[in-house]
Amino acid sequence: MNILSQPWPWYISGPLIGLMVPLLLIMGNKTFGISSSLRHICAACFPSNITFFQYNWRAQSWNLIFAFGIVLGGFVAGYFFANPNLIELSENAVAELNSLGIKNHEGLFPQELFSLHSLFTLKGFIVMVVGGFFVGFGTRYAGGCTSGHSIMGMSNLQLPSLIATICFFVGGLVMTWFILPFILSL
Amino acid sequence: MSKTKYLILGFLFGIILIKAEVVSWFRIQEMFHFQSFHMYGVIGSAVVVGIISILIIKKFNIKTIDGEPIQIESKSFSKGNIIGGLIFGFGWALTGACPGPLYALVGSGALIVLVVLFSAVVGTLTYGALKDKLPH
Repeated sequence: MNILSQPWPWYISGPLIGLMVPLLLIMGNKTFGISSSLRHICAACFPSNITFFQYNWRAQSWNLIFAFGIVLGGFVAGYFFANPNLIELSENAVAELNSLGIKNHEGLFPQELFSLHSLFTLKGFIVMVVGGFFVGFGTRYAGGCTSGHSIMGMSNLQLPSLIATICFFVGGLVMTWFILPFILSL
Repeated sequence: MSKTKYLILGFLFGIILIKAEVVSWFRIQEMFHFQSFHMYGVIGSAVVVGIISILIIKKFNIKTIDGEPIQIESKSFSKGNIIGGLIFGFGWALTGACPGPLYALVGSGALIVLVVLFSAVVGTLTYGALKDKLPH
């Protein structure tokens, strides 16, 4: 069972993620994508007169079921197959994180940044609440996320998906290099 | 119609996301600092497998298990791909997560990530409300 508690290298996990594309197509003619589930949640939970959310979300319920499956998979992997060791970051990354003031590298994300206590600090609020808002707003405005555009769209050689993916990276680079260091210093 | 298959596929995807560590804020920072090949390897090899799969499906005219012809809608370009893409990029670097990993992290017991997920829902809600006023 060692293979389940060890992290999986990119050449195992990457192809497995890629296989989601043909599996969803063959099993049910569905195109891989996660961020649409956020729209379905809006349509299902917040009835409003906004036209964007007036559609039959039940017809797209497979996407919500898939998302719920991810939660269950996360539960099993997180509770039963969790990696007991620190993530093997590159030495440069460890030094970089330390210099940014992120000293605790246990778990999957920095505990000092993502906690209930941190939520009531300016930097914690920006990282979690503003960051989450950007994820939900940006993916829908872009018409997809890393799965819908970067994996599904690019697998189908769609130019808009390549453009979106490049913009995901440009946005991430600008935030990481020019804005995040300032936010973390707050 | 059975929708259990989507639950199973999502379940497997959730496990892969955690084991690949692509749900990790640390890994995303490492990626944007170009300090490791890991994330590029994951995304790159996923796309290669996806491209080959779709080529095979199209070439051999493979049908779904229900015998339907497989249809993949083309994506049409909009300015949103650029503006929305940049905004999502900001969020990706801040939270270290895209929507799939948000679900996986919540499942893994990181309940604080519910805050991020809820905020993402509010973001989507806001986009829906402002859609007609935004450039597309």
